[in-house]
Amino acid sequence: MTLGLDAGALVGFLAASVRVATPLLFAAIGETVTERAGVINLGLEGAMLAGALGSALGAGAGAWSGVAVGTLAGAAVAAVFAGWVVGARVNQIIAGTAVTLACVGLTGTIYRQAFGAGGAGLSLPTLGPVPVPGLSRIPVIGPALFAQPMLTYLALAIVPLVWWVLYRTRIGLALRATGEAGPLALAAGVPVRALRFWATVFGGALAGLGGASLVLAQVGTFTENMTAGRGYIAIAIVVLGRWHPGGVTLAALLFGAATALQFLFQALGLAVPYQFFLMLPYVLTLLALAGAVGRVQAPAGLAKDD
Amino acid sequence: MKGSGLLTGAAALGIGLIVLAAGLWAAGFDAPAALAALWRGAFGSWYAFTSGTLVRSVPLIIIGLGIAVAFRANALNIGAEGQFYAGAIAATWAGLHLGGVPSVIAIPAVWLAAAAAGTMWIALPVWLRVRFGVLEVISTLLLNFVAESLVSWMVQGPLQEAKRIYPQSDPIAETARLPLVPGTRLHLGLLVGLGLALALWFVFRRTVWGFELLATGTGPRAASVSGRIRVGRVIAFALLWSGAFAGLAGGIEVGGVSYALFQNLSPGYGFTAIAVALLARLRPLAIVATGILFGALESGAGAMQRDAGIPAVAVFVVEGVIILVLLLVEATVRRARTTVALPDPPPEAA
Repeated sequence: MTLGLDAGALVGFLAASVRVATPLLFAAIGETVTERAGVINLGLEGAMLAGALGSALGAGAGAWSGVAVGTLAGAAVAAVFAGWVVGARVNQIIAGTAVTLACVGLTGTIYRQAFGAGGAGLSLPTLGPVPVPGLSRIPVIGPALFAQPMLTYLALAIVPLVWWVLYRTRIGLALRATGEAGPLALAAGVPVRALRFWATVFGGALAGLGGASLVLAQVGTFTENMTAGRGYIAIAIVVLGRWHPGGVTLAALLFGAATALQFLFQALGLAVPYQFFLMLPYVLTLLALAGAVGRVQAPAGLAKDD
Repeated sequence: MKGSGLLTGAAALGIGLIVLAAGLWAAGFDAPAALAALWRGAFGSWYAFTSGTLVRSVPLIIIGLGIAVAFRANALNIGAEGQFYAGAIAATWAGLHLGGVPSVIAIPAVWLAAAAAGTMWIALPVWLRVRFGVLEVISTLLLNFVAESLVSWMVQGPLQEAKRIYPQSDPIAETARLPLVPGTRLHLGLLVGLGLALALWFVFRRTVWGFELLATGTGPRAASVSGRIRVGRVIAFALLWSGAFAGLAGGIEVGGVSYALFQNLSPGYGFTAIAVALLARLRPLAIVATGILFGALESGAGAMQRDAGIPAVAVFVVEGVIILVLLLVEATVRRARTTVALPDPPPEAA
């Protein structure tokens, strides 16, 4: 291939894109449901972080129990947030920021108490890649996409499920109505507040799952504040993906690719400081947001406390 | 009114500390010893108060004032951390090049560079908001991460010390450093914070722009329909000023405390300042008080980590809980008021 790029580097790039995208996809798909109900959850970062720590704590009894604990931790954080914004109808942005702040403190404290002051890296049981029989033999695409950890397949399976619920069921219709016009939906007999609460908790559970996949399927350890803004990125991805499960999946993969570019460029031997690759995904997201917003409408009732 | 605000704030702080103590106790720490260390580190001695609490309160007050400007217009700048770093980078660069220049010129020059950098750092989100309608919440947040990477590159690249050993800059010129209160580490920045608080107090109370901010924040449609307030313009300038304040805070931190640029210069001042501004209900003079309070928390947290082995990040829990309690109180008060004015809302199905 040109540029001295061999198939191995390309496979590595694609595989890394999908691997990086997985935690983001979980969180973003959950947040899609939350925002479709009219709630924007900036506590998503906190839920993801709680999920990451929860999975590290739970992984003592095996990787899958870690996944379960992480999911529950994310759901619990989101339930607190939902109690505030759905129950008391406070400003969602500020409440979300506060929840994340508290989670950073909480996870940092619990981590040090449970695992010591750090230094010695924590080593956890991880979920290795599970090649899909047959499909993983396809050249280039196969090893990149069909030899991923089980959680990646789970994320990809949740996408059509969420689409189906949102667009093909009565509860999905009620959910979308809640997000577009809360007062009207309420007048039509839709349990608006219950839907908002559970949509937010669902979003938190998936963010927790995202945190768990970050720890157990990607990094293999927990470090303080390790989500490093992925929860916020997920919120940007929802906007980029236009609040649609398919679009969100594409946007998450795009972001994963932007992050994985650094591996590709390193393979190409480009002499650019690595910090610029770290910036790249955030800058690209910003630019993409500028292109995406305006041509597409957010749920009309988003972040309104009606 | 003022009394009840103070009471609410005190109650929120109390609840925050109780949650902290309960959490520490549940996690198996020695909670009383931790709180005692917290107190010692914050108010235990003249040195602790001036060099710990007050020094940490300076960036919180200055950033918090900027946050208040933006939040009054309901423009939610969550990117003060990034603007702080932009200011710190510019201040370091200016400070390194001002050797031999007298302090009367060097110090204001550093401030100007820092404020300008903070303004520039938020200019992109402002433009994206005005031109494309991108929520400033998301865009300012994203730029925090870019700023952190930028600092990381700066201290390993263009601004790295001449010896090229550690990821930090050389110390800035002596003349660009802020004068200290003798016997302490407290620097001129506190006076800057107090001056800015007074200035904003005047602006919010007595000027047309102060009114426009509030009108835009509380009823953007009404403000726009009135035909006298250009809402987009008000929001844009509120955000730009907010960035200038955060940038200035970064410059003052470099000029008064660190004298050099390095990573993790800020222990999350940009986020803590949101709590500072909210706890003060966006009122400038109250921000001085809440800034000192949170400065005390941060300073005490350091002592807690040294003396009682509690991670300093635990105070973030206190800060988060304080914000949540305040939100709850405000929502309850608001509901109590609106139920008088409006007929009952339809019964909730939930």
